Amino acid sequence: MSERDHSVHSHTPRAARIGIYAILVFAALFYLTPLYVIVITSLKSLQEVHLGNLLSLPLRPTFDAWREAWSSACSGATCQGVQVYFWNSVHLVIPAVLISTAFGAVNGYVLTKWRFRGSDLFFSLLLIGTFIPFQMILLPMAWVLGKIHLENTIAGLVMVHVIYGLAFTTLFFRNFYVTIPNELVKAAMIDGAGFFTIFWRILLPVSTPIFMVTIIWQFTQIWNDFLFGVVFTSGAIHPITVALNNLVNTSTGVRRYNVDMAAALIAALPTLLVYLIAGKYFVRGLTAGSVKG
Amino acid sequence: MSDAHDTPPRPGVRDTLQRLMPKLVLSPTFLAAVFFLYGFILWTIWLSLTRSTLLPNNVWAGLAQYRYLFGNGIWWTSLINLGIFGTLYIGLSMAIGLFLAILLDQRIRGEGIFRAIYLYPMALSLIVTGVAWKWMLNPGLGLEKLVHDLGFTHFSFDWLINPKMAIYTVVVAAVWQSSGFVMALFLAGLRGVDDSVIKAAMIDGASLPRIYWSVIIPSLRPSFFSALILLTGLAIKSFDLIMAMTGGGPGFSTYLPANFMYDFAFQRGQIALGAASAVMMLVAVGLLVGPFILLESRRKSDV
Repeated sequence: MSERDHSVHSHTPRAARIGIYAILVFAALFYLTPLYVIVITSLKSLQEVHLGNLLSLPLRPTFDAWREAWSSACSGATCQGVQVYFWNSVHLVIPAVLISTAFGAVNGYVLTKWRFRGSDLFFSLLLIGTFIPFQMILLPMAWVLGKIHLENTIAGLVMVHVIYGLAFTTLFFRNFYVTIPNELVKAAMIDGAGFFTIFWRILLPVSTPIFMVTIIWQFTQIWNDFLFGVVFTSGAIHPITVALNNLVNTSTGVRRYNVDMAAALIAALPTLLVYLIAGKYFVRGLTAGSVKG
Repeated sequence: MSDAHDTPPRPGVRDTLQRLMPKLVLSPTFLAAVFFLYGFILWTIWLSLTRSTLLPNNVWAGLAQYRYLFGNGIWWTSLINLGIFGTLYIGLSMAIGLFLAILLDQRIRGEGIFRAIYLYPMALSLIVTGVAWKWMLNPGLGLEKLVHDLGFTHFSFDWLINPKMAIYTVVVAAVWQSSGFVMALFLAGLRGVDDSVIKAAMIDGASLPRIYWSVIIPSLRPSFFSALILLTGLAIKSFDLIMAMTGGGPGFSTYLPANFMYDFAFQRGQIALGAASAVMMLVAVGLLVGPFILLESRRKSDV
């Protein structure tokens, strides 16, 4: 987003500008408050949670709630914290992101540089896949996963995420490669370069930004997924989002809000870190994903 | 165009392979789309026409499941909730998003920081969002306690456990999550508005609010449609946030169609009824989102 210098704005009176900043700061506080509340609650003891209020700072900050959330909090019937589920999500997200991104890259390459009769139609049909409510595929997928003995496995969940991520990854790469001049590809073909050589030598070297966008998009989507996780896995195979939900909504015993908040932060940290480090690409993915085709 | 057909076919295995390569590379995705997307959609439609309960079966039931669905009070509650939730969620997200985008477009110092703050909730899982808001709205220890500590000891706030009000707490959390994203869409749109039109309006002596209302906002049409399509899809598919915040309760007071589908298909062993509710969700997306997409693609091809 480039700065635009329209002269409209220089005419805004000083009082109005102060008003604008006041509203912007107020809005910023609205968006930041939940994060602030999660962080300070996670640093309190349960006693302090009950004594203080939402916004009061912890008098004696402690990482006890974090320790409990990580290694001993009860989610459902088991009490081993969220660490197992955190690693489940890690083992899920890495292969799922890499495979779906790799397919997206070569698909995008074919759909722009090796178009054939029907390839545009195929792309349109694939795009519809981004709008379908996933409720439409849950029951058949559960049945198929059972048949191929991948029910309740990380591998099965990886497969599901790869399949339903393909429409997005293909869309990203297709819309990026369409902007790369075909002349470059043609020249390489005349030189006798083959399908993969052209991809490797001409497309890949300029693809870093779109790889960033796609990897970050897929990482965020898959890490944050709840629907596939809750439907296709159970017990020790749950991803972190499902475990967090079970932990917070387990109805037995005294509610340990500080532990709930620590667990929520643990679940949120990976995507928050990615946002902090590479927010630019995250935003690009969001807007690219929404302005389809 | 560098289409594969353009190169004259020459004999040799290597050349044949080269010619087939593009289709070969695309074939896994093609097969996945045919089987796992369109095949599964037909499969689910088929299931909704059977008597499947705990296990799928192929006993024909005609439209019985749809009759049963629309005779089900929980389904109607889900639909009414979706109406309330969807309208408020889409309306508020659009209004707040547009408002913030216009303010941010006034050559604001620190614009990047504001943008980053408004948008970060989109990076969070809806489960995390739900957990955070559930805690903040906790009757007793949440907002209520905070206001008591400020000296208003008679303040009470029980929306989260009040069947009449619980759906509105979900609206607040959902708007918090996605209004910053709508802001980003509108801001990108604002940056694309043609300067010369604005200058012309200024020379005509139009005031700033007038310029926004009659020149700039109408030209944001594409951003408006993108946001509308996206938010409508998100609203119809909403599931996670309900699960984390209210679990559909109290009672069934915050059930949405996606919760109904999950509950009946996977918890209560009523596969055919669950499938029928999924089909209705697809129909809803088709009816509400489809026309916008057609409208926009037609407009694009007109240009």
